[in-house]
Amino acid sequence: MVTANDLVKTYGKKNEVLAVDHVSFSVKEAEIFGLIGPDGAGKTSIFRMLTTLLLPDSGSASVQGFDVVKDYKAIRNTVGYMPGRFSLYQDLTVEENLDFFATVFETTVAENYDLIKDIYVQLEPFKKRRAGKLSGGMKQKLALCCALIHKPTVLFLDEPTTGVDPVSRKEFWEMLKRLQSQGITILVSTPYMDEADLCDRIALIQNGKILSIDTPENISAAYPDKLFAVKANKMSTLLKELAQFKNASATYSFGEYAHVATDSKQFEAGNAPVEFEKELEDYLADHGLENIEIKEIKASVEDCFIKFLK
Amino acid sequence: MPEVVIQTENLTKRFGDFTAVDEITFEVFKGEIFGFLGANGAGKTTAMRMLTGLSNPTSGKATVAGFDVYKQPENIKKNIGYMSQKFSLYEDLTVMENLQFFGGIYGLSDNQIKQNSEALIQELSLQNQAKKLVADLPLGWKQKLAFSVAIFHNPKIVFLDEPTGGVDPSARRQVWDLIYAAADKGITVFVTTHYMDEAEYCNRISIMVDGKIAALDAPGNLKKQFSTHSMDDVFYQLARGATRNE
Repeated sequence: MVTANDLVKTYGKKNEVLAVDHVSFSVKEAEIFGLIGPDGAGKTSIFRMLTTLLLPDSGSASVQGFDVVKDYKAIRNTVGYMPGRFSLYQDLTVEENLDFFATVFETTVAENYDLIKDIYVQLEPFKKRRAGKLSGGMKQKLALCCALIHKPTVLFLDEPTTGVDPVSRKEFWEMLKRLQSQGITILVSTPYMDEADLCDRIALIQNGKILSIDTPENISAAYPDKLFAVKANKMSTLLKELAQFKNASATYSFGEYAHVATDSKQFEAGNAPVEFEKELEDYLADHGLENIEIKEIKASVEDCFIKFLK
Repeated sequence: MPEVVIQTENLTKRFGDFTAVDEITFEVFKGEIFGFLGANGAGKTTAMRMLTGLSNPTSGKATVAGFDVYKQPENIKKNIGYMSQKFSLYEDLTVMENLQFFGGIYGLSDNQIKQNSEALIQELSLQNQAKKLVADLPLGWKQKLAFSVAIFHNPKIVFLDEPTGGVDPSARRQVWDLIYAAADKGITVFVTTHYMDEAEYCNRISIMVDGKIAALDAPGNLKKQFSTHSMDDVFYQLARGATRNE
C-alpha cells in the first residue's frame, strides 16, 4: 500500500538539518499506521514526501504502487491529506469549501456523501458559516470531510488531534475506525502516546529516526527492564527520593504514580521481584514516606518511548 | 488558612447572547498547582483572559494577586507570568537576548537581569546555548526556557496555557519538575492541559463544562466522587454531558 525506502530529507543551505534520517517502513491495506513522536521528530516531512509535496533527497517511496516522484499526479488523485495546520479557505463557508474540493477532484458531494455522512451531520447546522469562524473541533471535522470527498484509498492525517481535548480526541478516533472499516488505509501522526494503542501498528520516531516499528502490544512486550508503579503520601518527595535509589535504572512521574525501572538481569540471577519491592519499600520508609504502594506493571508505549530516548 | 491569591465570585463573560463564562466561583491558594481543565470551547481561554487582565468581565467579581480585574488590570499584569504553547519566546533572538528583553519588559534592573540570567543559565545547564538563537533549540529546551522566562521576574502567579503540547515525554516531565520547583518557592501555578496524567500532578483541578465549573477538587477526591480510577474517565463523564455545540 504505502512503502518508504531509506528516505532522507535535509533542510538548510548546506543541508545541515537532517529532518528525516534513512526512514523505511511499509503500511498494509486498511491498516491504521501511527507515526508517534514529539514536534520536530520529522513526522510532517515524511507525510509531505509521501503526499508528493516535498522531494526526498534520497531514497524512494510509493503509494498504491505509484512512485512519489515519477507518478505524483496519480498519487494526488488517490490520497487524502489533512495537514497539521488548518488549510481550508477561511472565507468560504463550510458548504462552499466542500463543493470546491469536490469540484477540484471532478466529483460531487452527493456522489461520495456516504463516506462523510457520519461526520458531516455534525457540521450541517453550520453549513452557511465561514470556515474561519468555526471552532477548533469543527474545523478539524470539516478538514477531514474535505480530505475524504474524492474517496481516497489512503488517508494521511498530520497531527489531527493536537491541542484537542480528550473527549473530542476519542470521538475523532471512533471516526477513523469507521473509515478503516470501509477499507481506507490511514497514516496518522500524533504526539500523544496514549493514541498509540488505537493504531494497528506504530513507528516511534525521534530526531528523524525511527526507534521501533511494531504493533503497540509487541513494542510494550519488548520493554527490556522490569517496571514498577509506586505511590506514596507525597509525590514530590517520592520522586526526589526515587532519583537517589541505587537499584533503579530510571524513575519518573506517570500520572498519580511514579514509575521505577530496574535491570531485569538481577531477577534471572534468582532475586525475586517481591524482594525488589521489599527493598524499595524499606528504602522509601527509611526516607520518611508513608502509605507506600508498589506493584509490578507492564510497560506502556510511553514507557518504551522514554526508554528509547535514553 | 492559606493565603488566597485568586478569588472569583460569579465571574461571567458574555459575547452578545452567548455566555462564554457563566458565573464561575473559585479560589486558588498561594503555592498551589491549580489545573484548569475543560473541553475545547468550554470557556477556559475566556476565563484565563479575564484573570490575566486582558479582557473585562461582563459581571461578577475577581481579584488576582490582590488586585481587582476591572480596576487594576495593569497591576495584575505586573504580578503574573504567562506562557503558552503558541507564544513564548522570540525565535530570532538568542537565549540571552530573550532574557534581557523579558527582564526589561518586567522592569527588572540591569543588575537583576544579569544575576537572574546567570542563575538561570546555570540551573538549566544552558552555558553552551546562551548565545544561540532560540529557533535552534529543541522544542523541549524551548519550553523549559519559556517557563523559566515566565517566572523570571518572580511573579506571584504564573499562568500556563498548555505548556507541554507536542513535547516529548521526557522533556514534558522536565517541564513539570520546573513547575514543582516554582510552586515550592511559593509561586502559584495556574495551568491548562489536555494530558490527563498531568492533571494528576496538580494539587487541585477544576473542570469546566459549558462555561460553568462542573467539578473542583483534588484529583484523588474527584476519582472517588466519580467512582473511577482514572482522571481520563472523570473528564469523560463530565465533558460528555456538554450541550454546548462549541
